Amino acid sequence: MRILVAVAEVAVVDGEFDIEGQTVPDRFLRHECNEWDQYALAEAVRIANEVADVEVVTVTIGPERAEETIDRALAAGADRAIRIWDDALAAKDLLDPATKADLIARVAREEGPDLVLAGAQSAGEGFGATGVTLAERLGFEWAAAVDDLDLNADAGVAHVRRELEDGVRELTDVRLPAVLTVQTGITELPTGVPDTGEARDGDRAVLNLDDLGLRVAVDGHFEQQSLTVPEAERETTLFEGAPAETAAELAAVLCEAGVDR
Amino acid sequence: MTVLAVAEHRRGELRDVSFELITAGRELAREIGGDLRVAVVNGPVEDYARTLSREAVDVVHTVDHGAEFNHDVYVQAVAELTEAVDPTVLLLPHTADGMDYAPAVASRLGRPLLTDAVDLAFDDRLAVTRERYGATAEATIEVNADRAAVTLRPTEWPPAEYRGDARIEPFAVDVDEAAVQSNVNGYEEVRGDVDLEGAGVVVAVGRGVGAEEDLDPIFELADALDAVVGAARPVIDAGWLGPERQVGTAGTTVDPEVYLALGISGAPRHVAGVKGAETVVAVNEDPAAPIFDVADYGVVGDLFEVVPALLAQFR
Repeated sequence: MRILVAVAEVAVVDGEFDIEGQTVPDRFLRHECNEWDQYALAEAVRIANEVADVEVVTVTIGPERAEETIDRALAAGADRAIRIWDDALAAKDLLDPATKADLIARVAREEGPDLVLAGAQSAGEGFGATGVTLAERLGFEWAAAVDDLDLNADAGVAHVRRELEDGVRELTDVRLPAVLTVQTGITELPTGVPDTGEARDGDRAVLNLDDLGLRVAVDGHFEQQSLTVPEAERETTLFEGAPAETAAELAAVLCEAGVDR
Repeated sequence: MTVLAVAEHRRGELRDVSFELITAGRELAREIGGDLRVAVVNGPVEDYARTLSREAVDVVHTVDHGAEFNHDVYVQAVAELTEAVDPTVLLLPHTADGMDYAPAVASRLGRPLLTDAVDLAFDDRLAVTRERYGATAEATIEVNADRAAVTLRPTEWPPAEYRGDARIEPFAVDVDEAAVQSNVNGYEEVRGDVDLEGAGVVVAVGRGVGAEEDLDPIFELADALDAVVGAARPVIDAGWLGPERQVGTAGTTVDPEVYLALGISGAPRHVAGVKGAETVVAVNEDPAAPIFDVADYGVVGDLFEVVPALLAQFR
């Protein structure tokens, strides 16, 4: 059985930042493996440890910098890693889910996975749509926001629990092959930083658009008009100073708001 | 020119997001200069349709096929209805179920999809405002297409309240049962003896706590404040506290007099669950943490210094 895992590197703002033009400059960003995808990979590795003859292959869309994320994925238990990148992609500020799904679908058709796991969303853009779009492109079944998975590969069924709202979970059976988008917490993440020295050089491939036989329109459907800091919903009074001082101010606020001292 | 909004229901009840979509759809239809239609799929659709008949809704389309949500049925029904109605904008909920079918519908129809919208505008083109960079920045994105699909973040629009006189039109979908390859078997509910919903004061802890063994002072503080301890998702994921303590749309939505957020960054689904709090106080080391956007009072600092000092104030 082959499990394909979509592993993205995301850009998140690290502390205070400025917006320049219509972007947040790199110096304010931290690039890291998307947390949801870390759980997707951990779940794939868990299955591989429990079921015989499972190969875990990761697919990442990203520049050379993303090799660090791939090192960690390989060290965490992936057998092979595929990275997709191209100058045409580098020219795009925003890769939308449909574009990402098209790219990953090309790899999936080559790899023929029984199961595709992806994070339910990314910490950077938070579209939350790539996995289900991918499933539709491939003609696979799917389930979104999965927080528990019991795979019955012999029967060709994934018994999944989907996290809905208000503490409600849905229990669903999904036919394989399927794309499952997973929630954080679906399994335990390995503790500690994986030893990236364990990552094997020969287990990775880099593909460009020609390799995939794809063209990505640089002028897509979306054009960003502005990028701003969101307006605060409430006006915040910030207390500054030594902990004892700020605590005294906070205590006064809490008492004012109804806490008994 | 039409706006079509798809309602959401679960276990016999229309969810609030359905009426929020109507509000957003009404504003958008006005800007587009078109009509507003609402669709409801599965369940007691006639009853739902009457409830969804709110001010400015012109038509409610009902699709009667099964009792509950099934994404395979929804994809077929919503895609067919969308092709028939041909709305300029298709509005869908950015919920767990919404995200279980919206991307597939958009993909099937070849419509550009923007998700998790917090604002919409239309002036020749649809402009969608959504967050980027981990919810620290807000982008307005124009859609260069005549037709689009958008999912809307719950709680961003007020729910439509006033009754209307929409026309109710059943829409027959010949569901391809062979294409229904998923089967919903039932539901589970997170249960526990923690009353977050009825709490007057909630002390909530997030990733900033760092380790399970560091939760003790949080519980001490909660005890001193006569508060209930809640948690953001990372604390639940790590297994440091049980899921019955999760605050946010996936867990419990709270509306206490005081919500004290300790080491919580303020992910959108967490923030949406605390909007009803009268007073929000946040302590976080990161001055750019989104939690400060919804806080009345804040301290940029180390919670392990602030919490003991605050505890001393209440002893």
